[in-house]
Amino acid sequence: MLKKKRGREDAEIPMSSLADIAFLLLIFFLVVTTIDVDTGIGLILPPIPDENTEPPPVKERNLLNILVNAQGMVLIDEEPASLNIVKDRIKEFVDNNGADPDLSESPDDAIVSIKTTRQTPYNVYIDMLDEVMGAYAELRNQASMERFGVPFESFEDNSVEQEEIQELYPKKISIAEPDEG
Amino acid sequence: MAHFEKKQAKTSQAVPTSAMPDVVFMLLIFFMVTTVLREVELQVQVDYASAENIEKIEQKRLVSYVYIGPERLGGNQVGETAVQIDDALVDEMGAIRNIMYDKLVEQPRLIVSLRVDNESEFGVVTDVQQELRHAGTLRINYSTRREI
Repeated sequence: MLKKKRGREDAEIPMSSLADIAFLLLIFFLVVTTIDVDTGIGLILPPIPDENTEPPPVKERNLLNILVNAQGMVLIDEEPASLNIVKDRIKEFVDNNGADPDLSESPDDAIVSIKTTRQTPYNVYIDMLDEVMGAYAELRNQASMERFGVPFESFEDNSVEQEEIQELYPKKISIAEPDEG
Repeated sequence: MAHFEKKQAKTSQAVPTSAMPDVVFMLLIFFMVTTVLREVELQVQVDYASAENIEKIEQKRLVSYVYIGPERLGGNQVGETAVQIDDALVDEMGAIRNIMYDKLVEQPRLIVSLRVDNESEFGVVTDVQQELRHAGTLRINYSTRREI
């Protein structure tokens, strides 16, 4: 009988420090979190060509040859050029639509070929690729503004409008294998 | 003489804190889910190049990384340009195609993100790209920072 009278101990777990523990964990994850979004220039490599099949013929006018040497000097279709005019040259070349007999027949046929040497620094190559991507981005934006009145970036991925513009200006970029030496 | 009692609001002035753990747990779970602990130990030094016309990769689980840059030696020294996939340096270029092919079988929509040091020569990158073409992993992405 006496035993029953003894005050029972509190059966609840003390909850007041729960917030502190949660805060500690929270701060740990806050510190270690790096919300870094992967950004970069996307590209689709061409598959390895079949040895038995000939590469499809490409008309000379539909090909824009860009050569970059180890010093970062640029040659567009055998003419020396500087990096900041590359974008305009590409836009002119792709959006020619057969007007100039030396430039592409249509944006669909136009191929931009980038060739570097093995010694070319990577950032020079990226700068060049960036210019090419920039030229295509501007052309697509222009077409998108004309047709739909909104910038190209505003379309959702895989939407009808986006695909239409992409078909209008397909990115045909060829990365040539550099020569030895 | 009239005695006015000081009027006091009857409501309790304490902020209710009983819901605080819930709020904190919500935040905690958010950060736990978004956290990506550093998955690889870098053995090569990579300073990203920067570019303007870049795109985001939304689906991170499709991505596999290839690091190219000067090998990190002890101290602050760097050695020859090396290629690292996952946790190990690749000794021979020819091994890349097998590694990447295995990855492609696991994830058919694989995107290979090339994280190349901006001082590297393009020749190494070409060799890796050739290997990727042999492996059939054709979707690549040159990791770059946004140019400011």
